[in-house]
Amino acid sequence: MATRSHRARASARGYRERFTKASGRSRVGVWWRKLPPWVRGYSVLITVVTLAVTYPFYVDNLPTNIPVILSFPSLHDSVTILVFVMMAVGLNVVVGYAGLLDLGYVAFYAIGAYTAGWLASGQFQQVNVHVGSVGVGSAERGIHVSVWMVLLIAGIVTAVGGILIGLPTLRLRGDYLAIVTLGFGEIIPQFVRNADNLHGFDLTHGTFGISPIDAPGFGGSLHSALGLPVRYDDSFPPTPDRLFYWTMLGLLLLTVFCSFRLRDSRLGRAWIAIREDETAAGAMGIPLMRTKTWSYAIGAFFGGIAGAYIATFNSGAFPTQFDFNISVFLLCMVILGGMGSLWGVVVAGTILAWLNFDGLGNIGGWLNQNTPLNIDVPKYSFGIYGLLIVLMMLFRPTGLIPERRRKLEIEEGTHGPLDESLYEMRSANEPGAGERGSPGRQPRG
Amino acid sequence: MSAPENGDLLVAAAVRKEFGGLLAVNDLDFTIPQRSIVSLIGPNGAGKTTFFNMLTGLYRATSGVILFDGSDVTDKPPHAITKAGIGRTFQNIRLFPQMTALENVLVGMHSRLKGGILGSIFYAPRVRREEREASEQARELLRFSGLRNVDNELAESLSYGDQRRLEVARALATDPKLLLLDEPTAGMNPQETVVFMEFVSKLREQRPISILLIEHDMKVVMGASERVTVLDYGEKIAEGTPQEIQRDERVIEAYLGKGATG
Repeated sequence: MATRSHRARASARGYRERFTKASGRSRVGVWWRKLPPWVRGYSVLITVVTLAVTYPFYVDNLPTNIPVILSFPSLHDSVTILVFVMMAVGLNVVVGYAGLLDLGYVAFYAIGAYTAGWLASGQFQQVNVHVGSVGVGSAERGIHVSVWMVLLIAGIVTAVGGILIGLPTLRLRGDYLAIVTLGFGEIIPQFVRNADNLHGFDLTHGTFGISPIDAPGFGGSLHSALGLPVRYDDSFPPTPDRLFYWTMLGLLLLTVFCSFRLRDSRLGRAWIAIREDETAAGAMGIPLMRTKTWSYAIGAFFGGIAGAYIATFNSGAFPTQFDFNISVFLLCMVILGGMGSLWGVVVAGTILAWLNFDGLGNIGGWLNQNTPLNIDVPKYSFGIYGLLIVLMMLFRPTGLIPERRRKLEIEEGTHGPLDESLYEMRSANEPGAGERGSPGRQPRG
Repeated sequence: MSAPENGDLLVAAAVRKEFGGLLAVNDLDFTIPQRSIVSLIGPNGAGKTTFFNMLTGLYRATSGVILFDGSDVTDKPPHAITKAGIGRTFQNIRLFPQMTALENVLVGMHSRLKGGILGSIFYAPRVRREEREASEQARELLRFSGLRNVDNELAESLSYGDQRRLEVARALATDPKLLLLDEPTAGMNPQETVVFMEFVSKLREQRPISILLIEHDMKVVMGASERVTVLDYGEKIAEGTPQEIQRDERVIEAYLGKGATG
């Protein structure tokens, strides 16, 4: 079967080459083939990253009267969108790789945000601690830790939280695990809502939330040495949103990178083995509890950083942010993208988060303007996501970009000598992969 | 209870398993000598697989002691037992269907590899080397098990016989001292069975391992085993060389049937 499709693809390639030569595009082809293999292999990735990095420079010049979607998201909304994509990538480690259905991911988001709230605000007026914070007068009371450290600490605190939640729950399988995680996803937001008077101690400031939270920044000395911004505030023209956007993009890329490396590691194999057949995985020497807990901890780590970052971006952490809906929303991203498929989750996460913050409103506006309809589209958001999932399950149950694409790509290149190592084989196959796009491209058919 | 006798790799003493009111394995005593092939036969429901699952930690014995290689493994979890050196295959093939053949074998090597989280993220030279060596070994194992040109095929797309072979390759990847094969030739045609049993004897010549076989195919059992144990209703009804078993009246009555002795 493999050989037949292989042959079919090869002949399709032949036709295409003949066609492109006949139409006089061969010069582009020659130029393309001269590029180093890694450029060709990652061309789509490089293009997308370049477009994303330069987005702040051209976002204001983009048209605002595009049919249906009207406009592209503002920089401010883009930061939030990226935060959600980062959480989806984190959740993908738990749900997609290890196959543990987690319906309470929002708990990690909340723990991260409140860690930032505790460590970088005036919440605790009883003390006066300053550790590398920027733009905060030393007379201001409270705990003020540098936001960069806060991000890392929030990740670690949340990972520990994930382990603590995981230890009792991960012994359960399937549906039971989902129900218990659902419980934890409700407990944490309820706790922060009500923890404003723990024997007289105000931990979370109740329904008001913790605000303001310090902004990130590099401080005076790094500013004068490297020109890095002192503080992410209005002193940076035109808006601090640019800085928040770039930093978030960096965090997201880092998350994606870690997620990629982990997937192809010993630990990632163990996760996928557990997802495929837990009993067999145990019998092959994989410590089930430890491995599952690691996936939980790593998923939580990324969720915690995302939560802390949005807290400093919004300059506040509020209990209303941590609705059960968010857990479901993130799960939608993972399912829509294709469970375990990193690029799929990134693409689906971007689309869904955009729909949620801008897209549905825009599409609704366009619909009401250009058709006799008069509906408040964003009101039906979860109905629409549900419909999307149903349609996906009917027509493309493996997700937007199914997980195994890359592996199958490698498979096409393995009919050569057998004693190459895995890594050599991958790089040897990259020109072929580049010809047909990058690892992140949309699959044909 | 009893200390391991010299030369016995595995000693199971008075192992018992009850499922509610059902007595699946009744105080079974069983030993596996070093570097031997022994078989466990018996009618369906005799408790063979249940006993297997207790040896590998999937079931917890109701009572009794299992000593492996000098240490008590009675209540250890499956991964610890695998690490101690018992590898197994399953009666119904249980590969990781969405992983490639190579990855399946690499999963089997899990407990022998060390790569940690940070090392994997940063491609530490030690981890890279380890991964490279592991995949080389995995490829060798695949070839040793008679699987050619399927390294990067998904396990689910392999033919039935290849899936059986891959299960053995994966079990071998755990570097076992004792290999438990649960009906490895079930569903194979006579030709495939012969090839498979040649592979098993090659395995034992080349590697210092013992094999415990559950099998219904009497030709396989009588041809390969050095010792056969017969279970019926969770009890051992006979034990001996294949020739002795073939002549045993109780075995003939319970399992082999009159015609089988020929």
